[in-house]
Amino acid sequence: MTYSEDWIERYSRHIILSEVGGDGQQKIGNAKVLVLGAGGLGSPVALYLAAAGVGTIGIADNDVVDLSNLQRQVLHHTPDIGRPKVESAAEKMRLINPDLDIKPYQQMVDSSNIMDIIKDYDIVVDGTDNFPTRFLVNDACYFAKKPLVHGAILRFDGQAFTIVPDEGPCYRCIFPEPPPAGSVPNCSQAGILGSVAGIIGTVQATEVLKLILGKGKTLTGRLLVVDTLDMSFRQTKIRKDPACPICGENPTVTELVDYEWVC
Amino acid sequence: MTEIKADDSLDLRGVLCPINFVKTKLKLEEMDAGSHLEVLLDDGDPIANVPQSVKEEGHQIMKVGKADGGHYRMLIKKA
Repeated sequence: MTYSEDWIERYSRHIILSEVGGDGQQKIGNAKVLVLGAGGLGSPVALYLAAAGVGTIGIADNDVVDLSNLQRQVLHHTPDIGRPKVESAAEKMRLINPDLDIKPYQQMVDSSNIMDIIKDYDIVVDGTDNFPTRFLVNDACYFAKKPLVHGAILRFDGQAFTIVPDEGPCYRCIFPEPPPAGSVPNCSQAGILGSVAGIIGTVQATEVLKLILGKGKTLTGRLLVVDTLDMSFRQTKIRKDPACPICGENPTVTELVDYEWVC
Repeated sequence: MTEIKADDSLDLRGVLCPINFVKTKLKLEEMDAGSHLEVLLDDGDPIANVPQSVKEEGHQIMKVGKADGGHYRMLIKKA
């Protein structure tokens, strides 16, 4: 295998790591990762995966950039206001790393399109901000047997864990059904400290790279809970629930569900 | 004792840290275990750092010697 001088220099700090090397960097280059959401979490995920050299990165979002996004969604800059988020995201990723295949999907994922979108990817990252989509993504990744890296943030808090189908618990093992309408605030109602998105998003990006490399211990069966007011990082063991409605012994969710939007 | 013959070689004179180690590592990756790589390194940081990093990767440094031009010649046995 001959490597170009640019390739060696660009990825030199990865290659030095004994867990990566030239072989590992090639694995990163051959990997296909889908990032759902180009917002607070999707921003650091997309930027770090592009910088790391993930060869194919899909990014899906239906929104346009709003002034109120810029406090935490570091993919987007002031001149991007009004542009589709995926267009802004793709541009930034290509500027960081022109060698990549970036695939923007300017659409909301729903039960009609998600299976078709995720089928081409090795790993899915959840950077969405609402429960209907989060459950849909969990279910779709379970059906398609794709590893899913979950993350969520609110106020000063965040959480992350990694779902490897049949190897550990899924999102529904912990939260069987979406919360009732109006019972849980979202970012626009409750607020979010911008940098918390960076903490959780970079945890997600790191989980993706570990999954690609097959190194270390991912957050499979462990929920990372971060409270930045205390700056505490705690882990809770989570187990597969035999009564889980999707991956349990007698599944009741056997096809994708479009839950109603509540906000 | 018979001189060990290198199976491959890299001239890394003029190549700065850490790219000299990165190139050594990439070359070693494609070689067979037990084979030998000869590397030419500059005096100063390169000769201070690269042998140490190669050892940390588990390979064996068979020989390091100063060559006529003031640079160093290092022989590595791949783990």
